[in-house]
Amino acid sequence: MREFDYRRASDVPGAVALLGADPGARYLGGGTNLVDLMKSGVERPALLVDVRELPLDRIEVTDDGGLHIGATVTNSDLAAHPEVRRRYPALTQAVLAGASGQLRNMATVGGNLLQRTRCAYFTDVSKPCNKRLPGSGCPAVAGEHHNHAILGASPHCVAVHPSDMGVALTALDAVVHYVTADGPHEVPLAEFYLPVGTTPHRETALPAGALITGVTLPPAPVAAASCYRKVRERASYAFAIGSVAAALDVRGGTVRAARLAFGAVASRPWRAHAAERALIDGPATAEAFAAAADAELAAAEPLPGNSYKVTLIRNLVVAVLTELAAECRRTEEATR
Amino acid sequence: MAPSTAGAITLTINGEKHTLPVDNRTTLLDALRERIGLTGTKKGCDQGQCGACTVLLEGRRVVSCLQLAVAAEGREVTTIEGVADGDRLHPVQQAFLDLDGYQCGYCTPGQICSAIAAIEEHAAGWPSAVTTDVRPEAGVPPLTAEEIRERMSGNLCRCGAYVSIVQAVARAAAETAQENDGADEMNVAGAA
Amino acid sequence: MTTATTRTAPVIGAVGTAHTRVEGRDKVTGAARYAAEIPFAELAHGWLVVSTIARGRIRSIDAAPVLAMPGVLSVLHHGNAQPLESQYVGPMGTPDPTLQIFQHDRVPHAGWPVALVVAETSEQAREAAESLVVEYDLAPHDVAFADGHPGTYVPESTPRAAAEKVKGDLAAELDASAVVVDAEYTTPEEHHHPMEPHAATAYWDSGRLEVVDSNQGSIYVAQELAQLFSLDASAVRVRSEHVGGGFGAKGTRPHQVAATMAATVLHRPVRVVLTRRQMFSLIGYRSPTAQRVRLGADADGRLRALHHQGLNQTSTVHEFVERSADVARAMYDAEAHHTVNRVVRLDVPSPTYMRAPGEAPGSFALECALDELAERCGVDPIVLRARNEPAVGPVSGLPYSSRKLLDCFEVGADRFGWAERDPRPGLRRDGRWLLGTGTAAASFPTLAGPSTAAVTAEADGTFTVRITAADIGTGARTALTLVAADALEVSPDRVTVRIGDSDFGPAMLAGGSAGTRSWSWAVTLAARDLREQLALGGHVPPEGITARSDTTAAIGALPPRERHAYGAQFAEVAVDVSTGEVRVRRMLGIFAAGRIVNPLTARNQFVGGMIWGLSMALHEEAVRDGATGTHVAPDLAGYHVAANADVPLVEADWVDDPDDEDPVGIKGIGEVGIVGAAAAIANAVWHATGVRHRHLPIRPDRVLVPWDDALPRPFEGRG
Repeated sequence: MREFDYRRASDVPGAVALLGADPGARYLGGGTNLVDLMKSGVERPALLVDVRELPLDRIEVTDDGGLHIGATVTNSDLAAHPEVRRRYPALTQAVLAGASGQLRNMATVGGNLLQRTRCAYFTDVSKPCNKRLPGSGCPAVAGEHHNHAILGASPHCVAVHPSDMGVALTALDAVVHYVTADGPHEVPLAEFYLPVGTTPHRETALPAGALITGVTLPPAPVAAASCYRKVRERASYAFAIGSVAAALDVRGGTVRAARLAFGAVASRPWRAHAAERALIDGPATAEAFAAAADAELAAAEPLPGNSYKVTLIRNLVVAVLTELAAECRRTEEATR
Repeated sequence: MAPSTAGAITLTINGEKHTLPVDNRTTLLDALRERIGLTGTKKGCDQGQCGACTVLLEGRRVVSCLQLAVAAEGREVTTIEGVADGDRLHPVQQAFLDLDGYQCGYCTPGQICSAIAAIEEHAAGWPSAVTTDVRPEAGVPPLTAEEIRERMSGNLCRCGAYVSIVQAVARAAAETAQENDGADEMNVAGAA
Repeated sequence: MTTATTRTAPVIGAVGTAHTRVEGRDKVTGAARYAAEIPFAELAHGWLVVSTIARGRIRSIDAAPVLAMPGVLSVLHHGNAQPLESQYVGPMGTPDPTLQIFQHDRVPHAGWPVALVVAETSEQAREAAESLVVEYDLAPHDVAFADGHPGTYVPESTPRAAAEKVKGDLAAELDASAVVVDAEYTTPEEHHHPMEPHAATAYWDSGRLEVVDSNQGSIYVAQELAQLFSLDASAVRVRSEHVGGGFGAKGTRPHQVAATMAATVLHRPVRVVLTRRQMFSLIGYRSPTAQRVRLGADADGRLRALHHQGLNQTSTVHEFVERSADVARAMYDAEAHHTVNRVVRLDVPSPTYMRAPGEAPGSFALECALDELAERCGVDPIVLRARNEPAVGPVSGLPYSSRKLLDCFEVGADRFGWAERDPRPGLRRDGRWLLGTGTAAASFPTLAGPSTAAVTAEADGTFTVRITAADIGTGARTALTLVAADALEVSPDRVTVRIGDSDFGPAMLAGGSAGTRSWSWAVTLAARDLREQLALGGHVPPEGITARSDTTAAIGALPPRERHAYGAQFAEVAVDVSTGEVRVRRMLGIFAAGRIVNPLTARNQFVGGMIWGLSMALHEEAVRDGATGTHVAPDLAGYHVAANADVPLVEADWVDDPDDEDPVGIKGIGEVGIVGAAAAIANAVWHATGVRHRHLPIRPDRVLVPWDDALPRPFEGRG
């Protein structure tokens, strides 16, 4: 690990000022990803601005009945918060599906959104990688890409975003708040991650020096019946090979509202708009759910080693929506 | 190359104030092991992938290998050396000893620190990834073997002592619950 | 109390009774110090630099800028390192050239040590090592392991290990068989990954090389270092008290050699600790295997032909044979019996012994093939094994010292509820999970290695045992305490066992499931001798009375026999074919493995072995990048070992099976627990789904089927 300067910020403008326009500077949150990347030489910051003590550690119900989640709220506190569990159970499930108890105590919401891919070519500085070293190539396309992207990738990069939390936030229409020297800004999470294209090293819409201050979730009654299902290569403490966040409102056997996002399939949490459109006003049957998944996955371009993900996501969509439809049915019966 | 950032930080470790010589790169793990000789905290992977370095930071379990020491300045750290009450072992330590919740012993300090925190997290009502219904109205799930396994999954044990680890955590949790609320209904299901 | 009348009340019976570990309190309080944790004044930290290419030559190493960095003391590489002796026969046979570090500019595999950077602090050493610019001349490499590789060859046999054993006419017996199973199985590259990384601190003390290490046999490491550095054997002392796991990986490895070189140059203690990433290339691993098993049988399942052919990779510098086919030689007889282990040399690191070398992958193939045969014959898998139970060694013709395999199956089947099993696959369901059960047999050779021990009656009435044993988590130190107590006829709390110091003399290493057996043998002989001396009466002098033993002659006098531990493995799995997830719901292993010294730690060790089998069946797989020949994701997030959540209630028990030849009755338990465990799980996955999985690990992508092809449909809520 390279030597670097360290500064602890006590307020948001101070943090932004400390970082300034220094391209070699990074904000330090929980450090669970950044410190690891510094150890492996992927990140070599000259300055770390520690933002853990900023007053951004609150979760508050917004006036419209949504939630505002501060950027330095830890994953643990987010998952355990009663309002999150009550209003957005899929978000709690997604957070708890990630990492371990220790890492969730350290990791922050802001850092989670900005975590880097776990693609093994990206994290190994002895190998080429367009994301780490633009123009050096993407060895994963012809190499080991068992857990790489099937949607929205390009020949320049097939890495996937590793977040579980982000998948649920994407399904829930989260908005990201950030601050620059010019003041506060916001961007929908749907527009937060940039398309891969020819510039996989440009990952987010955040301007240089911007500090994420929080995430807002709009009210989402549909999330009452919501869940997150994750498949991985061991039962816990592993990244997803495929995951689905879903929320469903079924009444009288017909889908009234649906939210669907996929994890571990693209360079960003993947909102399945095409699938949602196919579901709305349709029957709540396994066949209809599969057809909706197919509508989304028609755009999939799997590599030779990861075509299983198309089947996996399709199956997961059917399984998760079937479960949620049954939950809706039970709720309907209970309130009848 | 940035200039050397060697300096000193102050931490409260196991209730005692320590001033440690570190540079900005020093992790809390290396600060404990190499600067003040508290080697009970283990380095298994140095990447947050095994849990052997688990300590309690401000009472919460963290992996000390990904915690920069300088960023922990002024905070309270509890390591395996600080969990016993003098000569009296912590119930989790005693259960690991009695039930053989280990083999080589290298992941053990991390397992024990993690278990102490996991029991507290559960007592505080935190759900886990195997909790069927996470809604607060559903209440706290009983600390079944399945719940313990999930909550302890951030600590790898290559010897494969998981079965006795789960039994040890269950026993310690039951004892803790009994101590905390007398003969109150135990919120702990047998893990065997 | 200084009289020698120690036999106030003879206490026999420590062996066989559960005892917590003698070092347990130190381990749960963090007081136990492992190799990298012993403090030294003036300690310097060494950090290895390893090659990033798979084959070629080092063109240049630019040490000057690194030497100018803060705290850097030295950079050792092939341009300045001291010469090492390479022409010797070491304690482990032909030395692995991987130990010949910094001797030349050739790079035979990725992760080859090319330099050691030494600095005042570990942070400085790490940064400097990562900054060292090494340029290479690249040569083409071949890291693609597969059956049919043109470089495949049958290695030369050694007196103790035949590469190939042939009995009968295989083609004729296959032709005459009513049922033939012919299947190929593969297992991937697997790594030991003890939780404690390899670590050694070397220093010179009055002309003597002292190494504080983490190993499985300090005398072996001491002898190897003495030969490498052309030192008198008595001029090297290696100590290794607490060892954070070994599993075969903790022998002599480059870090001890590097630390010694640096301590010699710098005249101060130097510690070298491997990183988790470096452990993928520097400590050995289990080779991938490609195996073919052909079984020919009569309609009732009686074997006529058994053909087991194994293939493993080794490096270009050292031949290691993963003896997958050997297990059949001990297990099942057939008119025609053909077993062969083959090897192919690739540009990869040298593999080595890893928990149940040979038997672990070999039993996966053989025991799955038997399950396939049982299915084809319509015979219960346990009945099939009973029908093929040999009276003598199938290939050797030698009698068995004891063979209680069928006892294990009988007890296990009863406890597991095997009788209620419907043999047809794909019938049981629990929600989205298909359920199945499977079984497999286990065996592992019973070995013993010559050992010496010293037992001292101290003047205060206590006893001290000294032996170069290693407790790598096995509970050996506790077991030896109990063994010594019984042999001395005293209570265990009067016995202190000191281990892990090469100055205690030659002894078996912790390997081959033979550590506790070999050491107990020596301790028992010395303790008995001491007890006889003490029985003569008289005072114990202040320095105590010491009796010594050497089991070389006793072990050498053992007659030729088939000596093995056995076991019956059972597993129940749940499989969601729509996600590919496989969860093991319970496992049971019943073993016949000699006298059990300490039931508490023995059960733990058996269970640990079974969990290794679970991990092997479902998780473990190291992947190599074809383009660079290096590992992909060489870390514990990329290489999965079973986590707590993967492991259900795993139970182990045993049948009475004391070994008549061993003074304590021990056979050995370290390895038999993993043998057959992966096969039992794979057979259970077949029973759940109707699909045979012949390639490990049984990953989700291999199990997954489109939900609408999965019958019965998982979402229709049956069961």
